[in-house]
Amino acid sequence: MAKAPVKKHSTFIDMTAMSDVTVLLLTFFMLTSTFVKKEPITVTTPASVSEIKVPETNSMTILVDEQGKIFLSMDNMNDLVEITKLVGADYGVSFTESQMDALRKITTFGVPITKLPAYLDLTVEQQDKFMAEQLEIPNNPNVGIPADTLTSAAKLTYQGRSINEFQNWIRHARAVDLQDGSKDLELVIKADRTTRYEVVKNIMNNLRDLRENRYLLVTSLRASSSGNE
Amino acid sequence: MSEVQVQEKGGQKKSRQKKHTLRVDFTPMVDMNMLLITFFMFCTTLLKPQVMNLSMPSTEKAEEGKELKARESSAITILMGPNNQLFYYEGMLTEESYKDSTLLRPIAYGEDGIRQLLLRKNVGTYEQIQALKEQRDRGEIDQAAYDTLTTQVQRRANEELKIAPTVLIKPLDAAAYANMVDILDEILITNIGFYQVTDLSDGDRYLYYTRTGDESVLSPEQKAQVDKLK
Repeated sequence: MAKAPVKKHSTFIDMTAMSDVTVLLLTFFMLTSTFVKKEPITVTTPASVSEIKVPETNSMTILVDEQGKIFLSMDNMNDLVEITKLVGADYGVSFTESQMDALRKITTFGVPITKLPAYLDLTVEQQDKFMAEQLEIPNNPNVGIPADTLTSAAKLTYQGRSINEFQNWIRHARAVDLQDGSKDLELVIKADRTTRYEVVKNIMNNLRDLRENRYLLVTSLRASSSGNE
Repeated sequence: MSEVQVQEKGGQKKSRQKKHTLRVDFTPMVDMNMLLITFFMFCTTLLKPQVMNLSMPSTEKAEEGKELKARESSAITILMGPNNQLFYYEGMLTEESYKDSTLLRPIAYGEDGIRQLLLRKNVGTYEQIQALKEQRDRGEIDQAAYDTLTTQVQRRANEELKIAPTVLIKPLDAAAYANMVDILDEILITNIGFYQVTDLSDGDRYLYYTRTGDESVLSPEQKAQVDKLK
């Protein structure tokens, strides 16, 4: 039998077009995206039709977990360092330069002020591990910024009423912000949709004591509701 | 596309010019790009989260006469309970009415429930603001003008026409945080200008208790009294 001649066929596929597309996509993603902030707890924010975006500058985010543990994050790192120094000074806690550098790298933090220097001495991986371990324990006083005078490091008074550690952070944040003379510092509250209202109310009452009456509540966009918005 | 024709010139063999194709293989490049894209897709958020404005009443006592007086006729109180229970009553509680549990009416969350009620209450104002919204979307007025006009409409409805409802939002401690946001959301959708998130009054607590039998809503003093009566 005569062998049919096997035609040599080149299987070379031209990838140039493909490469073009991927580069375009890559550029798109690089330009439009913002990195996910690392947060010690995950929260699912409630949905709303509000179309106001989270402010990009000068905001302080108060992250609240289900038990009411408070974590703070700021986008202005220089302010954060200054605030931390002031808060530390109130409770007799001082920070070294390297601890301050570590603070600049942190996105969200939530430990009592007395535990903060030790926490900042840990490497990033150790911090994550510490947080994960401590969060397992219910009612753990080692995580979260204390929002009652009992667990606060010291008794302080401000404008004639005693304030707790959380209030002290906010108070200094506001004071530092006013020094700058920049745009108003926005307080952003981020809580999970299943959190009891009591927990959120407690946080807001803490803030209201400091005459902080305006907040932004983080929500996720609700799919269009019958064209009302 | 990725081929470049290279002509070899010179050499001994003058007659035969060898045509050489230079092909660049883009496959590794594509591989790498795909990896990068995957990385970006997993590590980034495309949608920035939204925020909702909330102003709470100041804890300090308002000056005499300056405090927000809700008109009795147009006040609506919304009580949010646990497990997505939702009740409302119209008007203000009086000395007698707080015992009348039928005053408190259940209603559903969402488009067919609470929104219809609020729309009905805010009729007139809602349409005007909706018209302004359309103007804004068409680019006829800018956001700042829209904001001032909206406030004007809401003010007018409240002070001159006296038709604007005042909504009192009172979440129970056990209600989910999402419930409060849901109601604020409905307020936003129905363009209601005057609302307030506040605590339950003793009357509200008692009313809710008589309606649902949920004792956890009662304040300690009320609880003691109720226990005494049993």
